[in-house]
Amino acid sequence: MNRDTQSVLLVLLGGAVVRISVDDTYLRYVRSWTRPYLLTAGAVLIVLGLASLWREHLARRSAGATPAAPPAPVGPAAPIGPIGSIDPAVPAAAADHDGHDHGHGPRVAWLLLLPIFAIFLVAPPALGSYAAGRGGNNIAKPADNSSFAALPDGDPVTTTLADYATRAIWDQGRSLQGRHVRLVGFVSPRPGGGYYITRLVITCCAADARPIKIAVQGQAGQFPTDSWIEVTGSYGGMDPGTKTEQIPIIRADSVNQVKTPSEPYES
Amino acid sequence: MTSTDVLTGLLLVIILARPLLGRLFEGGAVRTWTTIFVAVCVQALPFLVLGVLLSAAIAVFVPASFFARALPRRQVLAVPIAGVAGAVLPGCECSSVPVARGLMARGVAPSAALAFLLSAPAINPVVLVATSVAFPGRPQVVLARFLASLLTAVVVGWIWARFGRADWFSPARRPDLGGLRRWEAFRVSARHDFVHAGGFLVIGGLTAATLNVAVPRSVLDAVASSHWLSVLALAGLAVVLAICSEADAFVAASLTQFSLTAKLAFMVVGPTVDVKLVALQAGTFGRRFAIRFAPLTFVIAVLASFVIGGWLLS
Repeated sequence: MNRDTQSVLLVLLGGAVVRISVDDTYLRYVRSWTRPYLLTAGAVLIVLGLASLWREHLARRSAGATPAAPPAPVGPAAPIGPIGSIDPAVPAAAADHDGHDHGHGPRVAWLLLLPIFAIFLVAPPALGSYAAGRGGNNIAKPADNSSFAALPDGDPVTTTLADYATRAIWDQGRSLQGRHVRLVGFVSPRPGGGYYITRLVITCCAADARPIKIAVQGQAGQFPTDSWIEVTGSYGGMDPGTKTEQIPIIRADSVNQVKTPSEPYES
Repeated sequence: MTSTDVLTGLLLVIILARPLLGRLFEGGAVRTWTTIFVAVCVQALPFLVLGVLLSAAIAVFVPASFFARALPRRQVLAVPIAGVAGAVLPGCECSSVPVARGLMARGVAPSAALAFLLSAPAINPVVLVATSVAFPGRPQVVLARFLASLLTAVVVGWIWARFGRADWFSPARRPDLGGLRRWEAFRVSARHDFVHAGGFLVIGGLTAATLNVAVPRSVLDAVASSHWLSVLALAGLAVVLAICSEADAFVAASLTQFSLTAKLAFMVVGPTVDVKLVALQAGTFGRRFAIRFAPLTFVIAVLASFVIGGWLLS
């Protein structure tokens, strides 16, 4: 791989990272605090790539201007390639000469195309019910579970699935009693019928996602898997249908379909 | 045909094939795989860029004599000092690999540079604070993580000082910086390092995404009750998941069915040996290096977890 190709890859990769960080696309993969770092890293790659293209363009021009330079190989014998080969001053051998590569080193750099293509062409969505179905509800014990603060005011009060599940499991649902709660999440199928309202929790990136599932009962209705819903209802104890994991129940008064939130994960 | 032509051709083909790609990426498993692959790459990228810039800065702006003065000549002493010095690089494992290579290129003994490579992602302040947040009310977990990771780094460094051989490293694939002005040398060095390490980061991302989707988590529940097996299982999970060291404490804390020692092994092994990191090391130092260094580190990290975990966490 010659130097120009390396530089173009840097610009494309930097561009891909900047592209997903200027809007909310990056939130499908990583946490929101990473945005300044992603923008900086993307900008560094773009600058590095452009500076390299420019410097080497200048170097070729000056090499072409000196009388000692080898004659340009462009002529009837040169293959007429697409855009990239309009490069009259560079003998093909010089273009691929990296001195230290011995022909195998940077071949691995072609792989940098994969994330570029994945971002620009596929733009994979946030993890959903498939990923959620692969992990059980594991709600870590909070630091001090002797005193759960009362839920904030509001009727219904909106809270996270993580908070709801923690209160249900480690506070036996005491601080949820008598409250009208609103949860937002996506639909994932419940083995044995019905569905869970589900959210994935990530700490750093989607590779460390852990699911939180809450069984929706009562006026649950039917919604397509992976569609986003808001559920308002009250605490309904633990789901007796699951033996291996602890899954709380929300007894729904109403369920509505909502737009996918810009931040699809809880933290 | 130059590689630029190849690149142009590839870009054209892929862009023309775009309508077909959508259908290819519809299944749940494939979509999950793609998302995790992109997530691992995107998450690691800023750290890799930071590491590459630091490495280039060390190579160009810090005189070799600085490290000769800063570190003792005797490796027995240089290794622990380099290990403790790892506490000052607030990044994750992706930064420490290029930085360690920059140190070696500046004349730092491989054993000391490797101790730095192992300790930096595990004991820096960001990681320790994250650990204390993930294990609230249990400061002994933070202390155990610090001690076990440092112990791993120092012991591996000493073993390397005694038995390591220079010819296990692939011939330094450094660009020729002779005769270049400083910023030119910085640019050439940074691009060169990034293109190499970046390619291997992608290999790591592919592997991590595949294992993440392919290994069923129910396997874990089966071994959680056995003390020895559970420690090995979480150590192995750390290798295949390739989670950033700043996040692994939260994942460890969520594995509620496991003992604290097993969680410690997860947090000690993760920053030093995982599929993404081994790919980066193979790309940076060569395959002959990586096939020796990774298993050695894994064994020492598991033993350190048993020793420190048995002392502080049981």
